[in-house]
Amino acid sequence: MTLLPPFSRFAPAAALGVLALPVLAGFAGTLLPAFGYLPAVGFTEFSLEPFRELVEEPGVGRSVWLSFQTGLLSTLVSVIIVAGFVAAWFGHNSFLAVRSLISPLLAVPHAAAALGLAFMIAPSGFLVRLISPELTGWDRPPDLLIVNDQNALALTAGLIVKEVPFLFLITMAALPQVPVRRSLRLTAGLGYGQLAGFLLVTWPMIYRQIRLGIFAVLAFASSVVDVSIILGPTIPSTLAVRLVEWMNDPDLSRRTVACAGACVQIAVTGALLLFWIVVERVCATIARVILANGHRFERDIFVRQCARAAMVTSAALVFAGLAMMAVWSFAGLWTYPDALPQNLNLRTWSRALPSLSGHVSTTLLIGVSATLLSIALVLGCLQRETEIGKNGTGRALYLLYLPLIIPQVGFLFGLQFLLVSGNADASLAALILVHMIFVLPYVFLSLAPPWRAQDRRYDRVALALGASQRKVFWRIRVPMLLRAILAAMAVGFAVSVAQYLPTLLVGAGRFSTVTTEAVALGTGGNRRVVGVYAFVQMLLPFVGFLLATIIPALLFRNRRAINLG
Amino acid sequence: MTAVDMAHSLTLKDLRISLDGTCLLALDEVVKPGGVLTVMGPSGSGKSTLLSVLSGFREKAFEVSGRIFCGDLDITEWPPQQRRAGLLFQDPLLFPHMSVGQNLVFAIPAEKRGRARRRAMAEAALSDIGLPDMFDRDPATLSGGQAARVALARTLLSSPAFVLLDEPFSKLDTELRQQMRELVFSTARQSEWPMVLVTHDADDARAAGGKTINLSDAAHNG
Repeated sequence: MTLLPPFSRFAPAAALGVLALPVLAGFAGTLLPAFGYLPAVGFTEFSLEPFRELVEEPGVGRSVWLSFQTGLLSTLVSVIIVAGFVAAWFGHNSFLAVRSLISPLLAVPHAAAALGLAFMIAPSGFLVRLISPELTGWDRPPDLLIVNDQNALALTAGLIVKEVPFLFLITMAALPQVPVRRSLRLTAGLGYGQLAGFLLVTWPMIYRQIRLGIFAVLAFASSVVDVSIILGPTIPSTLAVRLVEWMNDPDLSRRTVACAGACVQIAVTGALLLFWIVVERVCATIARVILANGHRFERDIFVRQCARAAMVTSAALVFAGLAMMAVWSFAGLWTYPDALPQNLNLRTWSRALPSLSGHVSTTLLIGVSATLLSIALVLGCLQRETEIGKNGTGRALYLLYLPLIIPQVGFLFGLQFLLVSGNADASLAALILVHMIFVLPYVFLSLAPPWRAQDRRYDRVALALGASQRKVFWRIRVPMLLRAILAAMAVGFAVSVAQYLPTLLVGAGRFSTVTTEAVALGTGGNRRVVGVYAFVQMLLPFVGFLLATIIPALLFRNRRAINLG
Repeated sequence: MTAVDMAHSLTLKDLRISLDGTCLLALDEVVKPGGVLTVMGPSGSGKSTLLSVLSGFREKAFEVSGRIFCGDLDITEWPPQQRRAGLLFQDPLLFPHMSVGQNLVFAIPAEKRGRARRRAMAEAALSDIGLPDMFDRDPATLSGGQAARVALARTLLSSPAFVLLDEPFSKLDTELRQQMRELVFSTARQSEWPMVLVTHDADDARAAGGKTINLSDAAHNG
C-alpha cells in the first residue's frame, strides 16, 4: 500500500520534535547555568557556586519541604477521594450524577479555581460572611492567615479541588478497559462490601492505567507556580515560586541560582515520585494482608457516605468559588459581613473591557494556534498508526508524558536562555511552540482512545469501495470522530488558556494573556477586577467545550448513531 | 497498475497463510463468475484472515505466499482500493454520519460523474431493493433487514470485481436470513461476481451452492 497521505508520514517525527527537543534542549539550557556557565552574563567557567549560593538563601530548605509536602499531600488526598468515591458508588445513580457534575470542572484553569477558592475561604470570603456575625461574632474580617498560610494548607486544598476532577476523568477513561461489573459481582458473591471489593480487586487494575497520570499530577503539584502565588505561603514561598522570582531578578547573575534551584526542583519531584512508588508498595502490602486475613468489610455505608461527601464538597467548592468570582465582578457596594452585595452593576466590566479585550485576543490567538497545530500533528500520528496497523509503544507514551512529568521550571528556564540567544524570545511563534509542548500531550491522550476504538471495518469497507486513504480519512474517519476531535481540541485549548509560567517566561512580558493577568491581579486587593479576569479565564475554555458539544450536534442532528456516540 | 473493471473468475493459486511458521490454510481454487466458494472452520482457523488477504488488508503477523488472480490480472500486490473487492460483514457497517443515499453515492465509482446522475443511480438502487424514498433517511433508523439490503446495494453500486462475505447473515433472524441469502446469492449470480463466503452456518453453505471447504480438514491446513 503506497497511498499514504504524506503528512501522516512525518507527523510522528514532528510531534516527537515538538515534545522532546524543547524539553531536552531546555533541560540542558538549565543545567549549564546551574553549574556556573552563562556566557550572556560573563560566566564562562563551570563551578558549584550557584548551588552554594542557593543553599545560603534564607529558608530554602523550608521551600523545598513545602514543595514536597504540597505535592505529596494534595495528590494523596485527591487519589483517596477519587478511589474512594469510584469504589463506593460505581454502578449507582449518584455515580452518574456526580460524573456529570465533575466533568465541566476539567475546563476550569487552575488559577481560576484557586482564585475562586480564595474568594470562598479568605477571612473576608463568602464562607465567613455566611456565618458572620451571628455564629462567629466577627463584625470585621478576622485576623487569620487562611489564604497564604505558612503550612501551605490553602495551597494543598486549591490543588486538591482541581486534581480531583482530573483524576476522576482519567479514571473514567480507564474504566471501560477493566471488567468492573464482573469483578464487583464476583466480590459481592464472596461476601465483600462494595468498597472493599472494588478497592481490593478492581482498583489495582484501574490504577495501572492511570499511574502515569498520577505521576503527572505529582510533578505538577510539587512545582506549580500560579496556584502557589495565589494560595501558597509567602515567607518563604514554595521552591518553584522563588525560582521564578530569582529568574526575573534584575540582577542577571541570580539566574544561575534560579537554574541551580531548578535542578533541585527536579530532584524534589524525582524524590516525590520515588516516595510515591514506596507508598504504592506499602498500599499493595496492606491490601495483601487484608486479603489474607479474609476481612469482608460488609458494613461500609458510613465510609461510602464520607467518600461521596468528600467528592461533592470538592466540586461544590469550585463551583461556589466560580460563582463568587462572577458575583464580585458585577458587585456594587459589598461591605463585610454582608453575604451578598447590595447591588450589581457593570462598572468593573466596562472599566476592565479595553485592556481585557487585548488579553483575550492574545489568549485566543495563542490557544487556537497551539490547538490547531497540535490536533494536526495528533491526527497525523494517529492516522499513521492506522495505516501501519500498529499503536504507539509504552516508550512513546512516556515520551508523551515527558513535559508533564518534568517540572516546568526544569526546562523552561533553559529554553528561555536558548530563545534569547537565538533572538527568538518574546515572539509569537516561540510562545505558540512552547504552549504546544503542553497542549499536544493532552490532545493526544484525549483523542487516542476513541480513535483506536473506532471500528476499523468502516475503513476497510470504504477502501474496498475504491476510496483512497485520504478520502477515507476526510470522509469517514474525521466526520465519524468529529465529536472526539473537537472534545480533544477543547481540552487542548483549555490547557493553553491555563498556561502561566510558559507565557510569563517565553512571552517575556510582551504577551500578556488572561491567565498571566489574573494571577498578577490575584496578589492585589481588587476583588472586582480579579473577578472579571478569573471569570473570563474560566469562560474561555468553557466556550471551547460548549462549541465541541454544539457543532457535532448541529452537523449531525439527524444522525442518531453519531449523536449517541 | 490497472484497476479491475470486469467480472472474471477469482483464482487463488497456491495460496498459503501461516502464523509463526505454522500453516493455517492452503488453497488452490478457482471461483468462477457467479460461483461461490464457501469456507467453514472453527474460530482461529484463518477464515477471516483469508478474506483480509483477498481484499488487500494483510495482517502483519501472518506470512502469505501464493498469488491471487482476478481474471488474468495478478492482483496479489494491489492495494485494497484498486482491487474492487466488495465486502459484506455480519454488521451492515453503513457510515453513520451519512444518509442512506449518501452511503450509496459514496460507493459509486469516481468515473461516473455528475451529481444528479450519481443521485439517480443511488435512488434507482434503493428502488431495486424495495426501499424507495429512503435517500435522506438516517441509517440508524433502518431495521436490521433494511440496513442489510442497503449494505448489499452499496456493494452492488461499487461494481465489485468479486465479493467477500464474512458471516453476513449471522446477526439476522431466521426469516430475514433466508430472504437475504436468496437476495445476495441471486444478485451474485446475475452480476457474475465470484464470491468467497466465510461462515459457521452449514445452512449458509447449502444455500450458496458451489464448493465448500472445511478448514478443519487436514488437506487445507498445509
